Amino acid sequence: MENKGSVWGEFTKGLISQNPTLVGLLGMCPTLAVTTLAKNGIGMGLATTFVLVCSNIVISSLKKVIPKAVRLPCFIVIIAGFVTVIEFLMKGFLPELYDALGVFLSLITVNCIILGRAEAFASKNGVFASALDGLGMGLGFTLALFLMGSLREIIGTGSWFGMKIPVLCDHPMTVFIMPAGGFFVLGMLIALVNMFAGKKPPKEISCEGCPSAAICKGQCREEADE
Amino acid sequence: MSYILILVGCVFVNNVVLSQFMGICAFLGVSKQIKSSVGMGAAVIFVMTCAAAITYPVYMLLEKFGITYLRTVAFILIIAMFVQFVEIVMKKVMPPLHKALGVYLPLITTNCAVLGVTIANIDKEYSFSKSIVNAVGTGLAFTLALLMFSGVRSTMEHSDIPAPFKGVPATLTAAAIVSLSFMGFTGMID
Repeated sequence: MENKGSVWGEFTKGLISQNPTLVGLLGMCPTLAVTTLAKNGIGMGLATTFVLVCSNIVISSLKKVIPKAVRLPCFIVIIAGFVTVIEFLMKGFLPELYDALGVFLSLITVNCIILGRAEAFASKNGVFASALDGLGMGLGFTLALFLMGSLREIIGTGSWFGMKIPVLCDHPMTVFIMPAGGFFVLGMLIALVNMFAGKKPPKEISCEGCPSAAICKGQCREEADE
Repeated sequence: MSYILILVGCVFVNNVVLSQFMGICAFLGVSKQIKSSVGMGAAVIFVMTCAAAITYPVYMLLEKFGITYLRTVAFILIIAMFVQFVEIVMKKVMPPLHKALGVYLPLITTNCAVLGVTIANIDKEYSFSKSIVNAVGTGLAFTLALLMFSGVRSTMEHSDIPAPFKGVPATLTAAAIVSLSFMGFTGMID
């Protein structure tokens, strides 16, 4: 955290330098699953941002009340509560998006970004800083999802937000909106980030951002490296 | 017959990892070696089956009181509690099994495949026995993907990969190819 202390730094670090998806390698499941269209990517990103900001605010203001031993279950309940709220809101106001995101809307509950930020940031910092951190991380996630969604929609269907793109729409490469294309595009994006990043991003899924790290204490890693 | 269809559908046609993108973190994190893949897979099958068995009656209870919207909160709590409970019991009663599976258990709480299966069971309006079959099938599918992929990765260890691709990008690209091969099963079931 290079800009620690400055308010602006808390907000911007999540956007690029510590982007949760492309640099932190967190929250892979929704990144791959809902990004068949740019629109869905943005919807998912904003829903996650909402949950992340709200849960960060609540958790940082309750950090003295929650006993350390049972903090993870407490965090999960708080997060699940906000997920239920966004499910209701989306079902009411954006039923089309609600159907498109399907089960992944409920699965925001177990998105490692949210639990990871609660554990690593909100449970140690003030309310205002946590809200900004949540907003930055959430928008960084949205940005990554939007990028993925745009790439896959443009190459896979030849359109963007439903607008047809000349030439490309005559030759859509359907494989890009299929599951295999998701893995491929994300792999390419992370490779690009690695190429242009000044400092080396983590090469492996590390324990740093893993929400289960507190319980497992890196045992899963050691076991695998034996 | 419908049970076999559900099973085949879970394992091959709609593979939980390769075509539904659930449990990617565990898929990428633990698939380094075949031994750890087997452990993780066994733990996932076990927890998934039990979670499906427990959440089914709980959902009926929620339905009775008309508070089905609380299902996400209720299910994740049940899964988290259950995983902790199993870990404690296993440690006390079956230390060898705990040694083999124990370290993977905490990881499963936040594995979206487990929560995903319990929610899918409800969305698809499966009966109790079908829910169990679906859970077992999804667990098997997860194990199959993990095992296959750990084989792919152990071969990749020795290959010369361009620097920016080392690590996760190469893994994801390999996953794309494995997923491509699973597309061959599309259309096998309706």
